[in-house]
Amino acid sequence: MHVMITLIPLVPLVGFLVTLLLGKNVLKRRPEVVSLTAVTISWVLSMIVVAHVFGHHTKAVDFNLFTWVSAGTFHVQWGYLVDSLAAIMLIVVSTIGMLVHYYSIGYMRGDGGYYRFFAYLNLFMFAMFTLILANNYLLVFLGWEGVGLCSYLLISFWFHKKTASQAGKKAFLVNRVGDWGFTLGLFLIFTTFGSLQFGQVFAKAPHVSSGIVTWIALLLFVGAVGKSAQFPLHVWLPDAMEGPTPVSALIHAATMVNAGVYMIARSYPLVSQSHTAMLVVMIVGTFTAIYAAAIALTQNDIKKVIAYSTISSLGFMFMALGAGAWVAAIFYLFAHGFFKGLLFLGSGSVIHSMSGEQDMRRMGGLRKKLPITFWAMMIGALANVGLFPFAGFWAKDEILGGDFAAHYYFVWVVGLATAFLTALFMFRLIFLTFWGENRAAPDVQRHIHESPRVMTWPLVILAVPAAVLGLVVGLPPDGGWLHTFLAPVFFNVEKEHFVWAGTGGGLLLLSLAVVLAGIYTAYVAYLRRPGLPARVAALVPWAYQASYHKFYMDEFYEGAVIRPVMGFATWLWTFVDVKVIDGAVNGLAWAWGALGRALRPLQTGRAQSYAFGVFGGLFVLVILIRYFWGA
Amino acid sequence: MSPVDWYLTLATGLFCIGAYGVLARRNVLLIVMSLELMLNAVNIALAAFANFMPHAGARGTFFVLFIITLAAAEVTVGLAIVVANYRNRRSVQADEFSELKG
Repeated sequence: MHVMITLIPLVPLVGFLVTLLLGKNVLKRRPEVVSLTAVTISWVLSMIVVAHVFGHHTKAVDFNLFTWVSAGTFHVQWGYLVDSLAAIMLIVVSTIGMLVHYYSIGYMRGDGGYYRFFAYLNLFMFAMFTLILANNYLLVFLGWEGVGLCSYLLISFWFHKKTASQAGKKAFLVNRVGDWGFTLGLFLIFTTFGSLQFGQVFAKAPHVSSGIVTWIALLLFVGAVGKSAQFPLHVWLPDAMEGPTPVSALIHAATMVNAGVYMIARSYPLVSQSHTAMLVVMIVGTFTAIYAAAIALTQNDIKKVIAYSTISSLGFMFMALGAGAWVAAIFYLFAHGFFKGLLFLGSGSVIHSMSGEQDMRRMGGLRKKLPITFWAMMIGALANVGLFPFAGFWAKDEILGGDFAAHYYFVWVVGLATAFLTALFMFRLIFLTFWGENRAAPDVQRHIHESPRVMTWPLVILAVPAAVLGLVVGLPPDGGWLHTFLAPVFFNVEKEHFVWAGTGGGLLLLSLAVVLAGIYTAYVAYLRRPGLPARVAALVPWAYQASYHKFYMDEFYEGAVIRPVMGFATWLWTFVDVKVIDGAVNGLAWAWGALGRALRPLQTGRAQSYAFGVFGGLFVLVILIRYFWGA
Repeated sequence: MSPVDWYLTLATGLFCIGAYGVLARRNVLLIVMSLELMLNAVNIALAAFANFMPHAGARGTFFVLFIITLAAAEVTVGLAIVVANYRNRRSVQADEFSELKG
């Protein structure tokens, strides 16, 4: 078992090195073979490991491979921990990772950096596996930074496009802010517990003062806010859509952005001890959920809509974590990975068939021309909005039920409102893309075709869990298989914050009604009476503009952060560097030159004048010695 | 004044004359001669000490012999330089040799 767990991250790492080094010149025509093999092996190993955990889910596999860092009293092991939480993550990451690899064969075919793309994907798989399998915080951090690096590399994959390279930089920089908090959290954990190992930290967690635990939890959450794109650090994720669509599906919907949720859930023994931290997590999550949903309503880029939907969904997960519905959050993560990955891959298929068009205003009527993509995206959308009996329904309802049961009624109402908005914008996307007349240019229209099989098969496969996952693992809502399975992870410590989710059929029906109302509104607004949205926008132009401009967050950062920093940097350059530093260095050189010119006349070139100096010096020396030393 | 002081006075006088010659003379030959004068002033001082301090043995005398030998060698080299310089520049005036001036 240990060998297999070790191999899961190792194989993609080898695949990455081989593809990167040999991809261009040795593998030539088929550089994807190595990385596909690697990721498939990892998938098989993951499934074996997961099957093992299914059998022994109360007993986590925790082992160290070697001492990674050893300095003074600071020791960190390179070790892995596989429990039911890691197993759930393994299923999501390895399955979607593998499907995205296969999908990319079709999507990226003919791209100049084809082999580079697969190398990065494999590196990402290595980092992501390391993140979810690590048994200490530092190793999590290694994976955390690794996926961040791959995210950067893949967002700016088409680096010759200015917007893409800018988006990559933005993602990297915004994530630095989060990582700053995460790093401080690590420092505080180490100084408090003297270890970074999960087992040791969590064992001592109940004996530490709540003030410190609150700080640790909040600092870790800052990291999660960056990585999982929560307000106010969400701005990088929509821009990250500049990357190739398989990347958006894998990294920016299904796996990496979940790392923050995973990390908070993993830190359950710490976080659950701090009521303040839980409250902060819940408030940030709730706000992000409705905020992002409000933005998604007016975006025209198909990928941007799904990106904001992702931010909103991640907000939902944090809302659940903060309300104490831990299992519901992981359930949602589990389901979300599949249906959001599906939606992204589906949108990639749409974009592919539309010759790269991403603007929904120029799509429409694709239902007949792309039947497989249409049905896949339909299932993804239904799962996302949470319609019975799709995966999202059970997960979303558990979260809402959790809020309700924990007496956070306001949060519950906001959650319902978010569900309504989600239904509205998701079906706006579906209706604009797949119904009505096609609004593209004629030459684009002529080329519309269903994507190759290597791209549609992953859609079909992903549609299965998106549709039935909830029925399989989430029933009955307050004690399904998933609950039993995750119980060892979330029940070990105080039960105070755990909330049995899914209260009663009334809430189920209510949330279902809200979703149906959202879909019906979309149907009326975008199919029955297409003039309606424009009239609503004209009625409340400020609201429309605010949503369309993402509530001016980018402008806010531009004014509050970027401009002042740029101004400061310009001042440092034109004044401090050019005037002060260069002035000092040049001035020093000039001063020595001047001194030399002043002393030059002393060098007469006549030996006798030097000899005079020698004798004069000797004379002075003798006098001095006589005066100070002799008697 | 003790007897050794007479010798030292003579030596000091010779040394000062030599030093003046080295500093003031332009002619390289005269500078070399002045140098010899300074060396010999030192020789006198050493010989005088050797004579009036018997417990020091013959060390002072040995020094004198060394200096005489070294002075001979030095004069040889010095005069060779003077001759070489004279062949090049038709001059033995020290202040005319200033090619190395920066």
